[in-house]
Amino acid sequence: MKVTMAHGSGGESTSKLIKDVFAKYFNNEILNKLEDSAVVGGCSRLAITTDSFVVTPIEFPGGNIGRLAVCGTVNDLLMSGSKPMYITCGFILEEGLDLDVLERQVASLAECAKEAGVTIVTGDTKVIENKGAEPGLIINTSGVGFISEDAQPIGPSCLEDNDVIILSGNLGDHHAAILAKRMGIENNIKSDAAPLSEAVNNLMEQKIRVHAMRDVTRGGLGTVLNEFAESSLCDIELYEEKLPVSSEVKDFCGLLGLDPIYMGNEGKFVLSVHPDDAEQALSIIRSSKYGENAAVIGDVKKINRATDMHKVVLNTAIGGKRVIGLMYGEGLPRIC
Amino acid sequence: MVGFNIKEIVEELKNYDGEEVRIMEVCGTHTAAISENGIPSILSDKIKLISGPGCPVCVTVTAVIDKLIELSMRRDTIVLTFGDLIRVKGTSKSLAEAKGEGAHVKMVYSPMETVKLAKEDPDHTYVFAAIGFETTTPVYAMVLEEAIKNNLDNLKLLTSLKTMPEVIRFVVKNGGGVDGFIAPGHVATITGSNVYKELSEELGIPFVVAGFEGAQLLLTIYSLVKMKGKGGFKNLYKSAVTENGNTRAKEIIEKFFEPADAAWRGMGKIKGSGLVLKEEYRKFDAGSAMLDEDNMPPGCRCADVLVGKIKPCDCPMFGKKCTPDTAHGACMVSTEGSCYNYFISGRQ
Amino acid sequence: MCVAIPGRVISMDGTKATVDFSGNIVVADAGLVDTKVGDRVLVHAGCIIQTMNDELADEIESLMKEIEDISN
Repeated sequence: MKVTMAHGSGGESTSKLIKDVFAKYFNNEILNKLEDSAVVGGCSRLAITTDSFVVTPIEFPGGNIGRLAVCGTVNDLLMSGSKPMYITCGFILEEGLDLDVLERQVASLAECAKEAGVTIVTGDTKVIENKGAEPGLIINTSGVGFISEDAQPIGPSCLEDNDVIILSGNLGDHHAAILAKRMGIENNIKSDAAPLSEAVNNLMEQKIRVHAMRDVTRGGLGTVLNEFAESSLCDIELYEEKLPVSSEVKDFCGLLGLDPIYMGNEGKFVLSVHPDDAEQALSIIRSSKYGENAAVIGDVKKINRATDMHKVVLNTAIGGKRVIGLMYGEGLPRIC
Repeated sequence: MVGFNIKEIVEELKNYDGEEVRIMEVCGTHTAAISENGIPSILSDKIKLISGPGCPVCVTVTAVIDKLIELSMRRDTIVLTFGDLIRVKGTSKSLAEAKGEGAHVKMVYSPMETVKLAKEDPDHTYVFAAIGFETTTPVYAMVLEEAIKNNLDNLKLLTSLKTMPEVIRFVVKNGGGVDGFIAPGHVATITGSNVYKELSEELGIPFVVAGFEGAQLLLTIYSLVKMKGKGGFKNLYKSAVTENGNTRAKEIIEKFFEPADAAWRGMGKIKGSGLVLKEEYRKFDAGSAMLDEDNMPPGCRCADVLVGKIKPCDCPMFGKKCTPDTAHGACMVSTEGSCYNYFISGRQ
Repeated sequence: MCVAIPGRVISMDGTKATVDFSGNIVVADAGLVDTKVGDRVLVHAGCIIQTMNDELADEIESLMKEIEDISN
């Protein structure tokens, strides 16, 4: 069965689609009321975010667009130190999309939401004409997280002198998995798409002095750390030998001229923590799901000088220093 | 002196206080490896690394890109290219921009894909943008061999093929002074190390063939510093580079191609510095003759960069008008280009 | 660009070789070289351009010996 324009008409077909596909997987007290808007409990400080997901291919080793749609939004909520509570999801389907494919995305989305501890409170479906290629789908999710009253501010401008930089796991897996699939290179690299709830919730509960936290998505580690350095007026020193990258991804990058520092991930975060808490933070992350390869990768030097001079510097294995600038271009492989 | 290690080499290169040594690498992959390993930060100010004309995309003249665009606009023609070339501007636009306007341009990983595509689709002519040095030329020869085997008359090459020795002579004569060369590792894999040994004897300048790892490059630079003024030759990449190179690859190059003068971006025509299809194989040529015109964007100093007259950061546009996102010259477009590598790794 | 890292041939089918780069599998044309399963090879633009001589692995120790004569 394929998606048709009638599935977006609001009539019988739409109801059937909602009943057969969405309601089957998204089953909770709030959503089941099927009201025009969801009414939920709250708290005095909220984190709110929204993100849209467009990826080709829709399904890839280690994940699919449904799983990504939860991870992206939940991880963004977590990074502000909040506890993710509710998400909404809007599906834009292209005419001709296989209903089985859709159902798999919906199932993944529901499963991932459960793992992340968030409730899907409301949703929407539209159908658009297919403009050529393989029919696909776009998912938008918005999310709300609760921030505790006594939480310390967390953000890219909050880095302090001597902070320790920790990365939650191997770099580049998602980007490499997607590119390999697109380019027909055979390997076992899987996307790291994952909700980071366990690690982050535990860091917050243990009152680790996290000064800044960011999920390392598009633009990669280099882009995130440059933003940290610029916002906090500090330098960040990284150590090449400490950067966790699997040998498979390392060689994949070697083949295509890519740099893991600029590759996108969907289940990794980097944080800047008070040096006295670094060891505990590392062990919390390592003992959580998806965090076994976490590593201390660098440190922060706060120096007072003109803003545009703050840099991220990588200490290379042979004793050199290389400035890690912002990413230029699209992070595409050089093929020639 | 046995028993010293890479740390001591690093220390020695850091503290070097002798006469200034100017070392040129003539391979784009070396340029990228030098940046990735942060090698410039290790060297004393007295050791200068210069990126030479070894990135194929950077030395391609605008006429070649213009011709490729013209071909790609034809209804029955599809131009195939490596990734980096697609973003380099011709006289008025790049292949990527042309593609946006409907031109038939496709990026491929290997020239061998041309054979497959041409075979499957006899209604279109497939033209491969055949740029490169001695390393890539045998691959094009293999493509032609396959085309002949499969009786394909809808496969053509637009060639802009370069060879190393003449441009090295050109750089020595016209550039900003070079005391030692890091010889290109993979070009030497094909040509053999003897080519560079002979050049070192002829020019009285030391050459060292190097691999691509950071430590290998450090040792190479260390050797060249020690060899300054004395000439000489070393092969520090013996696992891949033999004295005579890959004879089978050299034979197949000779079967299809012959030496010719070639136009280099910003440097003009250099005698005997390129390869063209032999007369009997010209039917595979998509119109490569006389593509000498070179309309560099105004203010671009890529040419002076490529021969080591200036460093990328000495160009007034570097990092201001010209960044990887707003590249004017080819050296800022290619990920193996000198300007690109200086820019992204903060080299001074 | 050159692929600076060598891969290992894991199977041959006529002039096509399957080459493994730490788990990344690439099919390359082997028409330019003599090669067999198990060899370390350099691949450029879809073709194997050289079979590496493993006896001459360019370890730093052996390279140090190479340059002994000039290091004083």
